[in-house]
Amino acid sequence: MTPVLAIENLSLSIAGVPVVDGINLGVDAGEVMALVGESGCGKSITSAAVMRLLPGAVSQTAGDIRLAGESLSRLSERQMQAMRGRRLSMIFQEPQAALDPLSTIGTQIAESLRQSARAARPAVLHMLDEVGIADPARRIDQYPFELSGGMCQRVVIAAALIARPELLLADEPTTALDVTIQAQILDLLRTLARERGTAVLLITHDVGVVADIADRVAVMYAGRIAEAGPVHSIFAQPRHPYTQLLLASVPRLSDVPKSPLAVIPGRVPTPLEFGPGCRFASRCPRADAQCVAQTPPLRPLGDSDVACWHAA
Amino acid sequence: MRRISPGMMVVLGLLALFVAAALAAPLLSPFDPLRQSLLLRLKPPGSLLGGRTFILGTDDLGRDLLSRVLFGARVSLLVSVVAVALSFVVGTALGMVAGWYRGAVAVVIMRLVDTMLSIPAILLAVLTVAVLGPGFLNLVVVLGLTRWPRYARVAYGQTLQVAVLPYIRAAEMAGAGSTRILWRHILPNIAGPLMVVATSEFGLMILFEAGLSFLGLGIQPPAPSWGSIMAAGRQYVERAWWLTVFPGACLFGVVLCVNVTGDWLRDRLDPRAASR
Repeated sequence: MTPVLAIENLSLSIAGVPVVDGINLGVDAGEVMALVGESGCGKSITSAAVMRLLPGAVSQTAGDIRLAGESLSRLSERQMQAMRGRRLSMIFQEPQAALDPLSTIGTQIAESLRQSARAARPAVLHMLDEVGIADPARRIDQYPFELSGGMCQRVVIAAALIARPELLLADEPTTALDVTIQAQILDLLRTLARERGTAVLLITHDVGVVADIADRVAVMYAGRIAEAGPVHSIFAQPRHPYTQLLLASVPRLSDVPKSPLAVIPGRVPTPLEFGPGCRFASRCPRADAQCVAQTPPLRPLGDSDVACWHAA
Repeated sequence: MRRISPGMMVVLGLLALFVAAALAAPLLSPFDPLRQSLLLRLKPPGSLLGGRTFILGTDDLGRDLLSRVLFGARVSLLVSVVAVALSFVVGTALGMVAGWYRGAVAVVIMRLVDTMLSIPAILLAVLTVAVLGPGFLNLVVVLGLTRWPRYARVAYGQTLQVAVLPYIRAAEMAGAGSTRILWRHILPNIAGPLMVVATSEFGLMILFEAGLSFLGLGIQPPAPSWGSIMAAGRQYVERAWWLTVFPGACLFGVVLCVNVTGDWLRDRLDPRAASR
């Protein structure tokens, strides 16, 4: 089966400096794939590349992105524009900022349908109901400032899914929301994706979110994929030292109170500091001469793929 | 909604009164503004002649000044409204296009704006009218096409600011094209500052129209306009002060009201200015 989204050997660079280096990813229909990593590891820019809305300074130097087997790189801007919202769409971190303050939520949800507001109204009402907004008939004519943050994110999700896209990119969709709302929104995303067979690429730095809704996980570090695999294997048996340390750094309720938080010492190297070897080597407790000199390839190990010379 | 201060109520009321008077000129005018009578030349305000009262007096051709000022208000307001609308549309469209596409497009448009702004508008208007010939349509076109750069500047800056906001990006992600984004999402969100520019420009337009008509380059006699009434009255200013004073006072009053309204609008629409 062809995956809905296939990112093949994608490389991106800013002014000649590589920021994303040959990553491969596939997301199947109805599946939630989480792309996890620290700030600046290249996850958001990867999603911008999928939408083909890269900031001016960023260029794609290699690789291809396929939607249901069709290469997006070959499409003209006009064809790509026709696909956005309809075959692939995206939601962002700050739901309130992602809505036009001077446009009713009804018109904004109908945006990707390319129909008149009146023609789209029944579909919009239905969609509002589906994302769990009470009293859609009243809400549809309201403005974003009349809605809470959680409701705004539901509206944003409704707008992203109304045209039944095959792929949904969700860039930190719950970061700006409080924890209870966060759980509801994640639950909603997961349910809608399952029901509609939408492939979801979820970008996050929050390991808790991943555990909640993802089917598979790709852990990114400094522009490369460190480890990828089914969520249960990654959590039960992380094989890459970075994944292990990342999971260990999540505070647990069972921890002794006031015990020091586990941290990964050092910081992510900037793209200018990338050496020839493994990019985690400078912070890795298991690094040796080989790690510094040679890049470890992504190789299958158990259920997962791991890019580490020492993983076993 | 914040309360409207009593002073502002008066200003808005006066403005409404002017507009109403202009609209209702045919109903309010006691006489035909074009009817001449050599027997009634240069009668002072309040003259009662042959059973008719000339409240503001008569001009050098015996026409009733009140009727002429009322009809003149129509011309002044009509020219200004159309010219403001024209320059608003042209300036806003060019400014938004420059702000949205940036790069070479912006360089070309914004340098044109700089060029236009470096030429005194009244000089440009005088030159163009001198070439094209005077008349209502030419006047409107000239005023409209010389006064657009201010809108373009404001629209450009505002578009640059709004274009990077997440909801514009979200609209792009939803597959909206440039035209749709500019029209549906950017224009409404930058309309506030543009309205403020339009108000202050409106006051200026009334003055420009009067100025050009005064110079004989605007509305042509016998049609009344405040500027042309004053121009004709200039020769008689020693004998018949009312010919220049009344239209001049109207001009002063309207422009003052419009400018005060513009300031008020700016304070209301710009929260930062209001808090100062």
